[in-house]
Order: sequence, then structure tokens, then C-alpha cells
Amino acid sequence: MAKNIIEKIWNQHIVYEEQGKPDLLYIDLHLLHEVTSPQAFEGLRLANRTVRRPDLCFATMDHNVPTRNRDEIKDPIARKQINTLQTNCDEFGVPLANMDHPDQGIVHIIGPELGLTQPGKTIVCGDSHTSTHGAFGAIAFGIGTSEVEHVLSTQTLWQSKPKTMEIRINGKLGFGVTAKDVILAIIAKFGIDMGTGHIVEFTGEAIRNLTMEERMTVCNMSIEAGAKAGLISPDATTVAYLKGRRYVPEGQEFEKAAAHWLSLASDKDATYDTMLEMNTDEIEPFVTWGTNPSMGSGISASVPYAKDFESESDKDALKQALAYMGLEEGAPLKSIDIQHVFIGSCTNARLSDLRAAAKVIAGKKVHPSVTAIVVPGSRTVKKQAEDEGLDSVFLEAGFEWRESGCSMCLAMNDDVVPAGERCASTSNRNFEGRQGAGARTHLVSPAMAAASAIAGHFVDVRELEAVHS
Amino acid sequence: MEPINEVVSVITPLDRKNVDTDQIISKEFLKRIERTGFGKYLFYHWRHNADGSEVQDFVLNDERFKGSKILVAQENFGCGSSREHAPWSILDYGFNVVIAPSYADIFYNNCMKNGLLPIKLTMSEVEELLANGQKDPYTVEVNLVEQTVTGQDGKSYSFEIDPYYKEMLLNGWDEISLTFQYEEQIANYEKQHQHT
Repeated sequence: MAKNIIEKIWNQHIVYEEQGKPDLLYIDLHLLHEVTSPQAFEGLRLANRTVRRPDLCFATMDHNVPTRNRDEIKDPIARKQINTLQTNCDEFGVPLANMDHPDQGIVHIIGPELGLTQPGKTIVCGDSHTSTHGAFGAIAFGIGTSEVEHVLSTQTLWQSKPKTMEIRINGKLGFGVTAKDVILAIIAKFGIDMGTGHIVEFTGEAIRNLTMEERMTVCNMSIEAGAKAGLISPDATTVAYLKGRRYVPEGQEFEKAAAHWLSLASDKDATYDTMLEMNTDEIEPFVTWGTNPSMGSGISASVPYAKDFESESDKDALKQALAYMGLEEGAPLKSIDIQHVFIGSCTNARLSDLRAAAKVIAGKKVHPSVTAIVVPGSRTVKKQAEDEGLDSVFLEAGFEWRESGCSMCLAMNDDVVPAGERCASTSNRNFEGRQGAGARTHLVSPAMAAASAIAGHFVDVRELEAVHS
Repeated sequence: MEPINEVVSVITPLDRKNVDTDQIISKEFLKRIERTGFGKYLFYHWRHNADGSEVQDFVLNDERFKGSKILVAQENFGCGSSREHAPWSILDYGFNVVIAPSYADIFYNNCMKNGLLPIKLTMSEVEELLANGQKDPYTVEVNLVEQTVTGQDGKSYSFEIDPYYKEMLLNGWDEISLTFQYEEQIANYEKQHQHT
């Protein structure tokens, strides 16, 4: 019988199954960071347990790390959390790319970069954006700290089999439309909880044509639609990306692995519990105007009116969101002034994202009322960008060029947007207070963020000359 | 974790949908390396003004609901981040039960590992509870064995829960100890899949 990739990978990882119980699933790769792991390691210590497979773990420091001066973490509690990860990894033998390590970066950027992320794997991390790794055709999902402890001690998790969903994107992407706009449009159309209880496979011509880095952007934000995980069947693009990466097998072993990866792709007649479709002509460069990622529209639109919504709870949600965002119903998105631009995060801080932003700003200056920062997703991305001179492009335009980390995506470190100010951000969440108490976040693609940095308000990147060259 | 079965309490009606984990526990409180002490930070920015004073009309600051053990909210409760600090802060504040029409997957799982009972009722049942709770303090009795929520006026609702999680919550079991009973299966899996 025809199977989809979700069923194939799931079935290959069942350690034990019994009627009336979740499946006991084997975990191939466990990524860790400083914020959601300390209580798990402490749990092991208290129960006198060990890490079963330190060789299947990989840790880094990203959420809390400073992006200006690495030598100084002013907040003593944050410093303690960073130091605790070092101590825990040393004690339990878990490989760690610490703050000074050349491989350091946002956990979801370095996994793929190092080739740790591979098709067919089950991948977990105490972080909801673990769905990023699904871009390779892996089942990758975020877990809580108790589950982190469970994986550390048993290399397994009890998991109820999720439902499967296909989201098919038909057609070719329009000019100036990016992977970020695709996923924002999907969430706006189908809702913030449309994926609850499901693993989503993204299919269709538009998805097939995406590069690996673009696929990661799409899968990264599956969680923002409530999906347990999002993935894309492996193909030649996937195999080409992985070849030569550090943790990927070489030579004949690579050929064998590649054949296995490609065999995981969903069968032609595979079916899903739910199937959704969208056409690319519905998608234009996107901007969010509200306080969750589903509250967004194409750049040519305006903030909606309460009367556009049917249910009272939706009307209330709109009013609450606009009160927080300081926006009026019916305001054109292009009229919204911004004070901050953040180019970074596990959603959009890879080399291609920085290139897209640099192309828009080259030879221009950041608007005088805007503070703009670029935070590369990893030290490797930073180095690659510097090797091709992107840092100069940003610096000359008036952007700050920072060290890698999660930074202003969640503002756990010093990179905070002040209350009442607006940020055009390439990150993934626009919840109240996400980038700082009272801060107002608008989610956009790197090109749209860069364009708004120059103009001081949102603009349609498709109208810019730089994008056409 | 502590076993849970019967809980009798006034409900706290939080009439919002898509309550995200960033509101439940804001990122500035995630730097601590302990599991306890997060209760005072629950819904911090909804409970407090910028100057630290209390927001008078926020439901958690309403004297009538002080000591409540049951939080009622609209659909998609706990969406967003995987931070287990969310259920830790809800429990530490004093709630043992959340009632909502639906939950985000990771949050729902995290509740189960900590003895916080997440009850799913239908949208109209939750709306009824919220309306009752907003009018006057409204007491309900939650019974996990029976899978029922019974209001002070005798109105009763039943809920579904996975039997695996039900047993774990009723007994307060440590899941890792349970999994160690499958050591042989795990070792066999590793052998077969050359995870050596």
C-alpha cells in the first residue's frame, strides 16, 4: 500500500507498540541548548541516571548569548545558565559547541550546517522550532524539559501517532515572493491551530522548487500553525545539500545513504488524514499586523476591520491585538512606520537570507529613525558572509553586524526592542512582549525587512529597482 | 510528580483564545535553572503594569478567584514555545487543572509530565463555564477517575483523556522508570538498526 513519508519514518522508529498505549519511538538525534536542559540534567543527577547515548546528542549555546561582546554576560542568572550547560556537557560527555567554538550558532541552523540533520531521522530538541529540520525529510519536533530528560536517559519517547496532513502549494512563486511569505500566507489562510495533532508534509511545485535553506524557513514555522512537525520529502536538492558535510557519510556509504533517503519520499498515491491546497497567485510579500503569526496580510492590503470577522471571539481577538500593536482598523500596511529592524533567527539567518537583505540595501542608508541589526544564524554563516563581503554592505548602510545567536527573536539577552516601538523582524513569533515588554513585532522576509530599514516604513520589495537587477 | 484525581475549586475564567506560552511565562524568567518558583511570574505582563503595580481588571488579580485551582480558557491554550516553564508556573501558582476546548500539542504533553490536568471540553461547554464563572464565583468538582466536571448547580460535563496519561496522572508515575522496563526492546532496536 502506498505510504507517505510520515508513516514510513514513524514505522521505522517504533521500538515497542501496544494497543491503548502511545508508541515507544527511538530518537536518532537530540539537540540541546542552555535554556531547556538544566532541569533535565539535574533530574538525571538526582535519580543517579546517565545519558544513554551521548553520541546521539549535540549541544550549543544560543538563546542567552550576547551578540555584541562575547566576554561579558551582564546578567548573572543568564551567565549561570550558560555555565551550567558547559558543566552538564562535560560531566555527561555530551558534545558541545560552546560560545567560543567555531561551530556555535542557533541550534536549528547548525544541525543542518554540520550534516547532523539527515533525511529519515527522528530529531528532537527542547525548542518548538525543531520543526526546521523537517526540511530534510526528517520527523523533527519540539519537546519539553521532562521529555529532554526522558530522551537523555532512554533515547526514546512515548508518542501517540499524529494524524498526517498534506499542504500542497501549486504553481511557481511570483516575483519577489519568498519562502517566508509562503509560510506566513499558509498560516494566515488556514489558522494558527490548523496543524494541531498533525505532522504536515509540504508538497507541490512551489515547494519542490525551493532551495534547502528556503525549505527550512517553511518547516521552521510549521509550529506557528500548531503542527507537531512539518516536513518535505527528500529529493536531489536534499542530497546535493548534504554531500560533503561533516557528519554525512562519504564515498560508497554516501551513495547508499542517498538511495535510502530518496526511498523515504512519499509514494505517488500516498494519502493523508487531511489535505489542503493553496495557489501561488494568492501569495505576495507578507507583513503581520497582529499578535500571533496568523494575523498577517499581503503588503498591498490594510489592517482588517472587526466587521470583517464573523465570531465575537475573533472580533475581540482583533481588537486586543490592535490595541497592543497601536494600530487602527483599515490602516494600509505600507503606512506603518518602524523603528527597528532585526535580520536574524532560526527562521531567516542563513547565508541566502543575508544575501537577499544585502541586495536590497547595497549602496543605500538605513533611515535615520531606524536601528537595524543583523545577527547571523551561526559563526559559520557569519564567516561565509564576511568572506563574500556582506558585512561591509550592511555596515556601510548603517546596520550593526553582530555575533551569532537567537538574539532579538525572543530577547532573552540584551537585544531588546523598547516598549511601544515597532520592529520589522525576520523571526517567527509576534506574540505580545516577544521582543521586549510592550514591543511591537511585524514578521516579514529578509528582503522586506531590509527594504523597510531604508524607507522607515513597510514597502513592497517588488517595486524596488535593486530587486529587479 | 504528585498524583491527581479530585479537585474542587472556584474556577478562574480567562476568556481569551490562543493564550501563548510567552504570555504564560515571559522569556526573562526562563534563565533560572530550577523547576520551582515560577508561580509569581505566571502571566506576569498581564498581571502587572510597566511600573510593577497590579492590573486591576485582570482576572488573576480578582480577589474572588484567589486560591482557585482551576483555570478555564478558550481554544488553543498554550500555543507557541516548548518551554515547560509554562506548566511549571501554572502549577506553582496553585492551579492543578486547566479546562479549554483545545491545547497546543507540546504544552498538552508537558502538562501530563507534571501532574497538571488539561481537560478538553467542547467550545460551548467552555463558554458556559466562562459565562458562569464571570457572573459570580462558580465552583466545580473535577474527577479524573470518572472523567467528569460537575458544577455547583449540578450541571455535569464529561471529558475524554488518553488512558495511558490518565493512569500516569492518577498514580503520579515517573515515566522514565516505566520506560526502563523496556530496556530489552530498546537494546534490540539499537542492535537491528546498527545504532552502535
